[in-house]
Amino acid sequence: MLQITGVSRRFGDVTALADVSLEIRQGEFFALLGPSGCGKTTLLRILAGFESPDSGTVTLDGDDLLGRAAHRRPVNLMFQSYALFPHMTVAKNVAYGLEREKLSKAEIRSRVGEVLEKVGLSAMAGRRPQQLSGGQRQRVALARAIVKRPRLLLLDEPLSALDKKVRAEMQLELKRLQHEVGITFVVVTHDQEEAMSLADRIAVFNAGRVEQVDEPVRLYERPRTPFVAGFVGAGNLFPGRACAAGVAADGLGVLPGVSDLPDGTPALLAVRPERIRLDDGGGVLKGEVADVSFYGGVSHVAVTVPGRPEPVLVATQGATRVRPGAQVGLAWTPGDGVLVPQ
Amino acid sequence: MTGSTVSGATAVPRSRRSRALGRRSRAIGRLVFLGPGLAYLIVLLLVPLALILSYTVFRRDRFGGVVYEATGENFTRLLDPLYLDVIVSSLKLATIATVIALLVGYPTAYLIAQLPRKWKTIALVAIVLPFWTNFLVRVYAWIVLLSGPGLVNSALGDLGLGPFEFLYNQGTIVTGLVYSYLPLMVLPLYAAIEKLDPQLREASANLGARPARTFVSVTLPLTLPGVVTGCLFVFVPSFGNFVIPELLGGGRSIMVGNLIRDQFLKARDWPFGSTLTLALLAVLIVLLLLQAWSARRA
Repeated sequence: MLQITGVSRRFGDVTALADVSLEIRQGEFFALLGPSGCGKTTLLRILAGFESPDSGTVTLDGDDLLGRAAHRRPVNLMFQSYALFPHMTVAKNVAYGLEREKLSKAEIRSRVGEVLEKVGLSAMAGRRPQQLSGGQRQRVALARAIVKRPRLLLLDEPLSALDKKVRAEMQLELKRLQHEVGITFVVVTHDQEEAMSLADRIAVFNAGRVEQVDEPVRLYERPRTPFVAGFVGAGNLFPGRACAAGVAADGLGVLPGVSDLPDGTPALLAVRPERIRLDDGGGVLKGEVADVSFYGGVSHVAVTVPGRPEPVLVATQGATRVRPGAQVGLAWTPGDGVLVPQ
Repeated sequence: MTGSTVSGATAVPRSRRSRALGRRSRAIGRLVFLGPGLAYLIVLLLVPLALILSYTVFRRDRFGGVVYEATGENFTRLLDPLYLDVIVSSLKLATIATVIALLVGYPTAYLIAQLPRKWKTIALVAIVLPFWTNFLVRVYAWIVLLSGPGLVNSALGDLGLGPFEFLYNQGTIVTGLVYSYLPLMVLPLYAAIEKLDPQLREASANLGARPARTFVSVTLPLTLPGVVTGCLFVFVPSFGNFVIPELLGGGRSIMVGNLIRDQFLKARDWPFGSTLTLALLAVLIVLLLLQAWSARRA
């Protein structure tokens, strides 16, 4: 549906996007994930028409998008700051885009009413944006963007301005709405949990390049580059060289993992904290508990292992009985060790 | 236990006293900060203004000054078409100057607001630069430029055109007013446009608005307070101006400012000059009230 091919953009000496190619499918909830300054917002602004790439093409259903001015694109953007018009009521804000399409007054009124109902703001139609809470403003911004029924909806850090509780609610609501309206959503975020919970597929950006495009679960369990392994979820990374049984880790010996790399290739072994068991008797690594933090549903145990500068993180279900200072063994099944070429 | 009661008992009155002292020193502080400005306003503005306003109900003395005999003739004279025409033509010239300043000033302010930070500063300094030169000198410069054998005419003469009579008409007055007060239009407009979140314009485009529509529906309404302030800053000094019509308009009494000046200095009719001043003030006060009302609504 949306085809991005070889898009590059430089600002002076800074490369914001380097030869980015992506294909986004009809009806998909797609996330562009990366740390700030990785180029994901630049890509979003190129799609909306506020920036032009130095090279590359973007087509939407086969039509060239870059040749069209911003106000002629069938693409709507929900701004990070929401960018609601402060001198207009909620209803007027939402109607603005429809008025530009020269629709009849009656149709505008019915569509505005419909979309405000959908986001649960019918009672606020006559208010000004300044009279609303952050969550309500976010809904107005969303309503204003979807009321035009764009073929593609772009969302720039849609939940970053909300506090934690409202954010969780809005996450569910965004998914529900996307399902209902059937529009292709492209969301930009630096929050990997947000991307994982919202998106069907995620493209991880780093320094203007796409590192990996995958479904959330595969991205989490099978990172293909060291950056993805480090950025997505807290991970334990063991540098070493690939071998038949996993990785010959520097200073730690052979650690179990599934390897499809030629023996001797420099590689990182990534093991998720929740995949590691605390094993009193044996285990592949031995160490001393440095710190235990209890989070309610899970506990995080940091274990110092001789020969490794940073502690190994272990996540256990519920409360744990181990105390700082205890000697423990660490174990995981080979299938939970992922080799990432370095 | 006893120790703490004793110290508690003395602590209460001390804190009460220090609170009273604090209040007094705050009042003194306020007086020190406000005093000079307040004295300036009272002595140099309110007292003379009260005097002027009181003159409006008295008769003139033959060689200037006032005879303290109550009369309403100053106000009936104000309705004389001769004077009404002058007031109306002042309103007209000041309005035209304000509109032209707005039409020139808005795009200027808009462009400056889009410049990179360094160039913004340079542009703003350039805008206020004329204020570093004496006002009269700058107005005289226009005479040098526009007079019969002046620079513009000699340049046109080299092209085989002219000479034209540029000076001493209403157009020259408007030119002078726009030239003199344009910076006062640009600065508040710049402040308003600069404050405007550029994402609002992007949002408007994103929702399908052409640039002209974005300007009319988003940029202009949100910068309206700056427009009103700028217009007021140009209109107020233009309406009561007497230097520019005197020098560039050929010295005929075609604006209220000249008329007032002539009443006081030439006709020596202080009461009628005061009445004209009152009329001018009334117009400006109405405008200020309108501005305050529109600012509160925004």
